[in-house]
Amino acid sequence: MELIKPSFGLIFWMLIGFGILFFILAKFAWPIITNGIASRNKKIQDQLDEAARVHAELENMHLKHEEMLAEAKAERDAIVADARKISEKMYEDAKLKADAEAQAIIDEAKKTIYYEKMKAITDVKNEIANFSIDIAQKVIEHELSDKEQQEKLIEEWVDNCNLN
Amino acid sequence: MNYNIKRILSLLTLFAAILVFSPRTAQAAEEEKSFEAGPFILEHVTDSYGWHICGEGDKSVTIPLPIILFDEGQLVCFSSGKLHHGEAAYNGYAMGWGDQKGSIVKLADDYSGHLEEGQMYPVDHVCKFNISITKNVCALFISLILIAWIFLSVAKRYEEHPNEAPKGLQGLVEPVIVFLQDEVINPSLGDRAPKYTPYLLTLFFFILLNNMLGIIPIFPGGANLTGNIAVTGILALITFFITNISAKKEYWVDIFNTPGVPWWLKLPIPIMPFVELIGIFTKPFVLMVRLFANITAGHIIVLGFISLIFIFGQMAPAIGYGVSVVSLLFYVFMGVLELLVAFIQAFVFTLLSAIYIGTATEEHHEESTELA
Repeated sequence: MELIKPSFGLIFWMLIGFGILFFILAKFAWPIITNGIASRNKKIQDQLDEAARVHAELENMHLKHEEMLAEAKAERDAIVADARKISEKMYEDAKLKADAEAQAIIDEAKKTIYYEKMKAITDVKNEIANFSIDIAQKVIEHELSDKEQQEKLIEEWVDNCNLN
Repeated sequence: MNYNIKRILSLLTLFAAILVFSPRTAQAAEEEKSFEAGPFILEHVTDSYGWHICGEGDKSVTIPLPIILFDEGQLVCFSSGKLHHGEAAYNGYAMGWGDQKGSIVKLADDYSGHLEEGQMYPVDHVCKFNISITKNVCALFISLILIAWIFLSVAKRYEEHPNEAPKGLQGLVEPVIVFLQDEVINPSLGDRAPKYTPYLLTLFFFILLNNMLGIIPIFPGGANLTGNIAVTGILALITFFITNISAKKEYWVDIFNTPGVPWWLKLPIPIMPFVELIGIFTKPFVLMVRLFANITAGHIIVLGFISLIFIFGQMAPAIGYGVSVVSLLFYVFMGVLELLVAFIQAFVFTLLSAIYIGTATEEHHEESTELA
């Protein structure tokens, strides 16, 4: 057959054959294949984006976590410092209170002692007065009998009257 | 170890090939008639009514293919085996000779039987409506089934395993499809790409597969389909029609009132519009010739190297053996080159089709580079 003379039969079959092939592939192959590739590309891209997003989020969370940790540390330090201050204050307060109480007890004791002393002195005074009256009575009784004897007696009693 | 086995195997193949193409065959041919390279090559690159498998002359093995004719309002159908490679007639039908070589002619009388050499057989007419299943038509059908099978099975895989890593055949064709989409179709067509992608992909794989089948020297390869001007012509014609039917206003403005050209080239004598108008037809014509010439030329060179064995074998068998080694080395080299050309030509045809369609359908004209 001639090299550069197109034959009718081949043109005829080529038109039909290529037409059918194009129709079949355009309907049942190419859309499915191109959409399949596009869908897979999209999925891969989506997953890459998702991975990047998660990574960023993780980084963010890590930062937040560290921030929170630092915050917690600071808070702990503050709490400990506060507690220490409070305990010191309480100690001081307790000490002051104890001192005050001790002072009060001492004061009370002193007062009691003073009252007791005054009471004793009063008693002694009363006793002395009574003694004096008694002495006076006896002196008066003796005065009536013998002067010398009276003096002697007064002297004796006064000596005996010990004023503690 | 594996490498050594491969080396031994390739050497054995080479020796086997030398024996197959041995000058002994050439000698046998010489006894009948001397070897002529020209007709031998031409016979192998053009179409035929039977699919020659092996052997020469009476001992040849040929698959007879059906001859289908619409002659004088009648459907005529018979096996090409009845014509005995043009040496016989059947019911008055015979293979044409001389100017009618390649067509089927109707003889003046309904003669059946052997055609004697040197005898005159008056021809009534040439059968115009000849849709015989020739070697190329048969190869076309084989390739169509192969392509349809490949891509339907790949599509099935996409459907059944969506969003999964490609596997098998899918892994083979997907990079090519992605390459074509990213490097050829989308850059040339932009947002119009989806509309023309099916045609361009079909075009590429049709050309590529037939180019590769053409390189295989044995059945079912060996038919020079993409090296046939009718096939490349039809492909170019489809691109031509798509380009001009889908062309936008800007395309025709560019042709009849080309911007950036002095007015005197357009007005009294419309030189530029005329040149541009011719360009509409030369572009697809060049597409047709480029593919046809590249593929046919490759086959002719290969056949030339094979012919050398027979030519030298006719002088002396020893020279034929010697030449066969060189010829086969060149044949292997050409085979590799043809494989490269198979890809390049499929790529170029698709790329240029995409660019032609792309420039024709462009809405807003830019002072862009036009690759032509």
